[in-house]
Amino acid sequence: MIIRDMFNRKKKYATIPNAASKTDVPEGIMTKCPECKHIGLTKDLLINNKVCPSCQHHYKMTAQERVAIFLDEGTFISMDDHLQTVNPLNFPGYTEKIRLDAEKTGLNEAVLTGTGFIDGRKIVVAIMDAHFRMGSMGSVVGEKITRAVEEATRLGVPFIIFTASGGARMQEGVLSLMQMAKTSVALKRHSDKGYLFISIMTHPTTGGVSASFASIGDINLAEPKALIGFAGRRVIEQTVREKLPENFQTAEFLLAHGQLDAVIHRSSMKVTVSTLVKHHSKGDN
Amino acid sequence: MVKTLPFEQPVIQLRDKISELREFTANSDVDLTTEIQHLEDRLQKLESDIYVNMQPWDRVQVARHPERPTTIDYIREIFTDFIELHGDRSYGDDEAIIGGIASFNDVPVTIIGHQRGRDTKENIRRNFGMPHPEGYRKALRLMKQAEKFGRPIICFIDTKGAYPGKAAEERGQSEAIARNLFEMAGLKVPVISVVIGEGGSGGALALGVANHIHMLENSTYSVISPEGAASILWKDAALAKQAAEAMKITAPDLKQMGIVDEIIPETIGGAHRDTKQQAILMKETLTRSIDTLTKLSKDELVDNRYEKFKSIGEFTE
Repeated sequence: MIIRDMFNRKKKYATIPNAASKTDVPEGIMTKCPECKHIGLTKDLLINNKVCPSCQHHYKMTAQERVAIFLDEGTFISMDDHLQTVNPLNFPGYTEKIRLDAEKTGLNEAVLTGTGFIDGRKIVVAIMDAHFRMGSMGSVVGEKITRAVEEATRLGVPFIIFTASGGARMQEGVLSLMQMAKTSVALKRHSDKGYLFISIMTHPTTGGVSASFASIGDINLAEPKALIGFAGRRVIEQTVREKLPENFQTAEFLLAHGQLDAVIHRSSMKVTVSTLVKHHSKGDN
Repeated sequence: MVKTLPFEQPVIQLRDKISELREFTANSDVDLTTEIQHLEDRLQKLESDIYVNMQPWDRVQVARHPERPTTIDYIREIFTDFIELHGDRSYGDDEAIIGGIASFNDVPVTIIGHQRGRDTKENIRRNFGMPHPEGYRKALRLMKQAEKFGRPIICFIDTKGAYPGKAAEERGQSEAIARNLFEMAGLKVPVISVVIGEGGSGGALALGVANHIHMLENSTYSVISPEGAASILWKDAALAKQAAEAMKITAPDLKQMGIVDEIIPETIGGAHRDTKQQAILMKETLTRSIDTLTKLSKDELVDNRYEKFKSIGEFTE
């Protein structure tokens, strides 16, 4: 080997991984952060509430994972798991897509609702799951949220929602649009009784969900960097023909424009909401 | 001359032919009266074929017709002593929404509606009837005012949607729409919404949480425009015609789904053919609605709205 070759970047030999070495690291044991590319053990990530220890990126969570970190252990009782989506406009393939997502997520639709306790205080929660049809809202999502709000009104307890949704569900047409109104009339009744509603917006909360219950909490919170907005970024760029700022429609952008009460790190979410619930309890629990 | 639409071409051609023959008969010795009679019979049949059995895409085109009557036209024809009220009291006055107080059958009412422009200049001023948050906040301010003074509220829906722009997002487009849905739910006065053109998504619904929802025969109400649906579902906006059918956006579709209370018939060929006649048909429906709703108590009105929206949705248990 001559000296010059030592500085040559071109590799003379390549290592071809064989089948055995590929299986050295089992699937899913390591996770690479999509933001900062930090690679860490999945186990550690889960202990850290699915927040990247390096850049604080908040990973998407399933509804069940949120139940586990947000509510007092073993207190969650789910509601309306029996509601089934139909195909009102007879869209080809829609029923099949719903079935596959139900199998994948273990949910009947894109929201999990039920009662539970937070530091000993009873609440009704609705947790949307973006792994199910992008968290989009059709008839069943609207109905489950409405029934959950009605239950909170009946019990006289706070209603807490974690939103994660691409908006109204196209495949159910105008019925999806009307779910925005349906959930709103239920929330109005809950509010008129003087009960607390906290909306926690997670990534992403857009379209018809953003333009209905997500934005009208007595208190509006969001997770860091969550995308929140009415119209899609591409649509706006095509309409206004100007480049939008990098942080456009992030939780921080909304906070700066007066649309949010606070941006809360996932590790502080339970204690924050719990304190807010305590502030609104009338000494009876 | 009214702009004609592609689907009605056969009718227009036949009509031209008839007037040509009439002129010919009048100016020459040849008598074509029987021919004309024959053609007129055919015209009648053709009109009923084309206008009675309108396809969803035909209706979309009628709903978007540039000369289709707008909120201001109905205000002029149906109401008296209209006084327009401006502004949301916190940012500005959005001319994409018009609102004010007027008399309807000698009873004061609040009127709020999306307002498109008649020409390019007016359309720029009115942002093509696509409101910003301040438009929805003006609407809400006028609704609350109506509630204070016990006036029924009549909303006219006619928009492609809430404006998707940078400033709209910054000022809280989502919150403005959401707030209207929420507050309209609790209004202690009768609320009637009529879709008179395009009812586009959340931007339309923000004036639509009503006790009665009516639709003009050729208007549409949808979660997304046919073009938008086609580009999302099939990645091709050119398939809008198919999307218009698949999405079920016409008045008869919504009536069947139990969302719409009454379909207001349109003058033959569409509302733009005869605004005065159309206003009379509109007034009949509004009178009926107001008469029914003014019999309800404040609480009954709120409950009625609750039950109406609670029942919308299709699923199995």
